[in-house]
Amino acid sequence: MTERTRSQVVPTDAPPQVPARLVGDFTPALVDVGLHHLCPGCGEPIAVRSLLEAIGELALAQRTITVFGIGCYTAFSNNLDVEVLQALHGRAPSVATGVKRAQPGTVVVTVQGDGDMVSEGLQEVLHAAARGENITCVMLNNGVFGETGGHMTATTVLGQRTKTSLEGRDAAAHGRPILLADLISRLDGAAYVARCAVNSAGELARTHRALRRALETQLSGAGFSFVEILTMCPTGWFVETTEAPRYLADNLGAVHWAGVLKDLRAGADAAE
Amino acid sequence: MVAAGCRFFAGYPMTPFTEVLEEMAKKLPAVGGVCMNAESELEAVGMAWGAAATGTPAATGSTGQGLSLMQESLAEITLARLPLVVLNMARAQGDYWQATRGGGHGDYRHLVLAPVDVVEGVELVQRAFHLAATWRNPVLVFGDYYLAHTARSVEVAPLDLGPAPAKEWALTGDTGGSGRAKLVSFLGSVKQRDGAGYDLAVHYAACAEHTAKMLREVPPEAETGFIDDADVVVVAFGTPGAYVRSAVRSLRSEGMRVGWIRPITLVPFPSEVIAAAARNAKVVAVYENNAGQMLDDVRLSVLGDAPVAFIGGLSLDASGFGIAPDLQVSVLRRRILDVAERHR
Repeated sequence: MTERTRSQVVPTDAPPQVPARLVGDFTPALVDVGLHHLCPGCGEPIAVRSLLEAIGELALAQRTITVFGIGCYTAFSNNLDVEVLQALHGRAPSVATGVKRAQPGTVVVTVQGDGDMVSEGLQEVLHAAARGENITCVMLNNGVFGETGGHMTATTVLGQRTKTSLEGRDAAAHGRPILLADLISRLDGAAYVARCAVNSAGELARTHRALRRALETQLSGAGFSFVEILTMCPTGWFVETTEAPRYLADNLGAVHWAGVLKDLRAGADAAE
Repeated sequence: MVAAGCRFFAGYPMTPFTEVLEEMAKKLPAVGGVCMNAESELEAVGMAWGAAATGTPAATGSTGQGLSLMQESLAEITLARLPLVVLNMARAQGDYWQATRGGGHGDYRHLVLAPVDVVEGVELVQRAFHLAATWRNPVLVFGDYYLAHTARSVEVAPLDLGPAPAKEWALTGDTGGSGRAKLVSFLGSVKQRDGAGYDLAVHYAACAEHTAKMLREVPPEAETGFIDDADVVVVAFGTPGAYVRSAVRSLRSEGMRVGWIRPITLVPFPSEVIAAAARNAKVVAVYENNAGQMLDDVRLSVLGDAPVAFIGGLSLDASGFGIAPDLQVSVLRRRILDVAERHR
């Protein structure tokens, strides 16, 4: 049974007691400094925030070690109020394995992008999953190398234009994308595998639930947990910021299908 | 390794390193440690990196080939200021440059210790863990096929090396939410309070300063024999050092003024001992089981005070492991006599 978090009910029968604040004004809990250099419209801060909130809600801030890969999101490894171990591009799962095996009492979460996890470091995440390593790996998948300026990764979908697939990714010339969550769900050591997105409030709510369940999987000791989060990259996609959520749904989301692919937690609701 | 305090080991089988991994798999669980048979050298060094970041005395290793795969991580582990012991059970001695210069990118140095035999190996591994913890820097133990495949009964007496500094930097998971959560990163471990991102210029300058201090303060070590009045000084490290020692002793017994220097620390290199011996010598000869690598460091030590001759050579062993027929005292004797003849 998952315990529901109860939000405070805001009375609407009288004027509010405190002035309203824009969401963008907040520095969320577990963030030290509210500054980052990421582009407007980027999905990665939303995903990282959702992860931090899940860690906070499950009261895990004081036993969590996060392991960051290299990508735009690396900007966050410097300003979080959870412990961070910075790993190389592609290598976070083995580093996280060392942390977890040396300190089994900690909750260990990797944050990597699609270039990091699928292009550079595919072997690492597959072996960690196959070993049933009791860690949580989070992949921020925008189908492009955002930090270098919009180049093809192993998850770039067919037809997607990047600086290294100028006329769109072509199966004959560039090969087909790897659907990593599908691949991982086939490995026996994987206990929880979900793919979700942050391009709408509803998708974000599902992402948040998946992150919580992945962490709960790790807490239960059931094995490897994996959450793939589709994130917007208007800069790397060469689309308008406001167009990015729709572009995600029409392109990336049409190939990398969202859903819970595997859930072996004790008592998990198979119907979800 | 276990007596030296190692509690986490990760490796990938490769001759002649394999036996180390086998022994660690046998011995570590018995003392509550962890040994991982990693899926590649890349993952072996990654696992050791993660364990080291939690303050666990950790080690990894391979042969030079496997260490080539690990170099990216070994460079960045150094810039993340993490203690780690790395074993190179090398094939012949062609990895000298890899070991002493580092095969990775950026400005970093590892301390490098080269034992001559199992007895010295037991001592140097203990000191490697202590040096790594003291300086928060990887320490490489550079062995070879003979060292890896020699079984000897030795008394493993724990050395009293003094206390290592407290590991207040180590990740424990429990500082989250405190406003001062720990960060272990090769990009810098100081959080920017007034901006976003890392300041690499500040971090790299601090690392370079630390490296320079380490290289200044860790004393270079060498075993020497008969160098006070030697006309010919022979320099060799590792197992070949023992063969050179034997050849020099036999030539001495015949009245020849010859001495030997065996560097025990390859980084920092015992330049002063070699320079002092060179000032009185007619020639400094270097024996290595490679095409001439330590030769550079000897030349840099001698700085023209004496001619430097290379009497080593590439391994003649068809297997590439650096075994027979490479090491023969009679061959070494002949080469030393030849050099002496040419520099009378």
